[in-house]
Amino acid sequence: MSGEIITQPARRAVFLKKSTKKPRNIVERLFEFWFALCAFLSVFITAGIILILISESWPFFQQVSLAEFLTSRDWSPLFSDPHFGIQPLLMGTLLSTFIACGIAVPMGILIACGLSEFVPPHIRQFLKPIIEILAGIPSVIFGYFALLVVTPAIQVLFPELPGFSLLSAGITMSFMILPLIVSLSEDALQSVPRTLREASYALGATPLETVWKVVLPSASSGVMAACILGVSRAIGETMVVALAAGQQPNWTLNPAEPAATMTAYMVQVALGDLPHGSLGYQTVFVVGLTLLLMTLVFNYLALRVRNKMRPL
Amino acid sequence: MNLSTNSLGSSVKFRHFLSFIFKILSLLGLLLGLIVLLVLIGDLIRRGGDRLSIDFFTNFASRKADRAGILAAWVGTLWVMLITAVLTIVVGVSAAIYLEEYAPKNRATRLIELNILNLAAMPSILYGLLALGLFVHQMKLGSSLLTAGMTLSLLVLPVVIVASREALRSLPFTLKEASYALGATQFQTLVYHQIPAALSGIMTGVILALSRAIGETAPLITIGALTYIAFLPQSLMDSFTVLPIQLFNWLSRPQEEFHANAAAAGLVLLFLTFLLNGVAILIRIKARKNIKW
Repeated sequence: MSGEIITQPARRAVFLKKSTKKPRNIVERLFEFWFALCAFLSVFITAGIILILISESWPFFQQVSLAEFLTSRDWSPLFSDPHFGIQPLLMGTLLSTFIACGIAVPMGILIACGLSEFVPPHIRQFLKPIIEILAGIPSVIFGYFALLVVTPAIQVLFPELPGFSLLSAGITMSFMILPLIVSLSEDALQSVPRTLREASYALGATPLETVWKVVLPSASSGVMAACILGVSRAIGETMVVALAAGQQPNWTLNPAEPAATMTAYMVQVALGDLPHGSLGYQTVFVVGLTLLLMTLVFNYLALRVRNKMRPL
Repeated sequence: MNLSTNSLGSSVKFRHFLSFIFKILSLLGLLLGLIVLLVLIGDLIRRGGDRLSIDFFTNFASRKADRAGILAAWVGTLWVMLITAVLTIVVGVSAAIYLEEYAPKNRATRLIELNILNLAAMPSILYGLLALGLFVHQMKLGSSLLTAGMTLSLLVLPVVIVASREALRSLPFTLKEASYALGATQFQTLVYHQIPAALSGIMTGVILALSRAIGETAPLITIGALTYIAFLPQSLMDSFTVLPIQLFNWLSRPQEEFHANAAAAGLVLLFLTFLLNGVAILIRIKARKNIKW
């Protein structure tokens, strides 16, 4: 028992100092090198993605000015009179993401609260693995749902809705990210100490007030991280929008219209047979670069939020 | 006086009423979410259930919907999963070992950790573009099984690294102390004690990673996987198709009959995903029961 007086990190430090300095033989040294190499591979992946995207986009920007790329409202790179404005694809991505998260974030937080605070523990233990499995349904199956279930269902209510639309893609994506947001938010809510809830009830707060003013604020960093992960899933989601949102680039703010997103455009071109090095082939990488920049900005914001809102 | 207690009483009642509404709403939301997902899966069964027969698994894809099957697709999926599993275990677990056991606390380590967080949130289609530029064109591997396996294992690497690190971290420190006290080196301790003890956690991570890889479509379309294949792959360099791509192909055709095929393929894919997830959960539960530190 006396050994427990030394804290674990301190003991760990002592051991690491002694044992990492002198590996016993060459085999151990080689293995150590291999482990380090594998860990650094992850950095090479990121660097590789950035390098490939920039190097394949470079020739494109020598033919098309950045001003046209950013300001033109036309994206028709494969036509005889090509236009290269990223805006329509960007709008498609933003609009479908906005719809998906507009539904999934409030629903997800509401359901997570219900699951964490009002469902008895034995039922929760049964439901939690089911929700985790639902979070793992492949996105191409959600593409099937969007095309053959959700769109016809919305058409019953609004008969004039076309067969492809951002609306049905967005709604289907919200089902897709809902289990993810619920599962991660519920983890965060569960990790709030019980004493905080008890203190709140002891002061006469109702369950709603306890959840809203005590539990959720304490778990805010985890819930926020769950929502941000959901949003980044929606931005990068490919199969649902490729199948259900349509293939035609379309600068619109109306979610009932069909419009291609950035990811849908990449799939569309990849399915065709464009020769390596042609301008059409390069546009895939240009769109990919734009998507990467969005993702990086987003991940950076997520990191800032997480560091700012450390849990209690 | 009377007035104030009265208003207090009604406001407490009102607050509890609000709270009750919230409780009902959140439980209804949970129920609604589960029902919607059940309806979706029910539609898959209704449309595709009839198509599931022995022929469906032993026929190649065909222009006639009722004779088309998923032989090339499921064999391709099996191959790709095998390659992905091997690469992911070798690289992912090694990286986790380095970060958890060997890495010094410095900026380089911090960079790797941040980078893994970043990779986990990267859209999967960007991995496809990396593979298209690097594996297909620079390394001239073509749209082969090997390219697909490498692409998917890069994609799921963060999942395995995070899970394996957690499994290694959750081991009691006494395990290491006992091994060191007997004169083992750090490497021997790892191989003979830490990895065997953390194996169930590591396997859970690997299986969850595979359950994600098995449904990935976008990166494989990007590297140019074919949708119509009438032969089985013989080597790592052969072209291939996988279940999700076959499903996507059938789905993007206008004819109703192909949609039934898509639903049946979707059922097979869904079953495989659930199976992998189920196995992972079982391993976790079993490990929790067996080991009491």
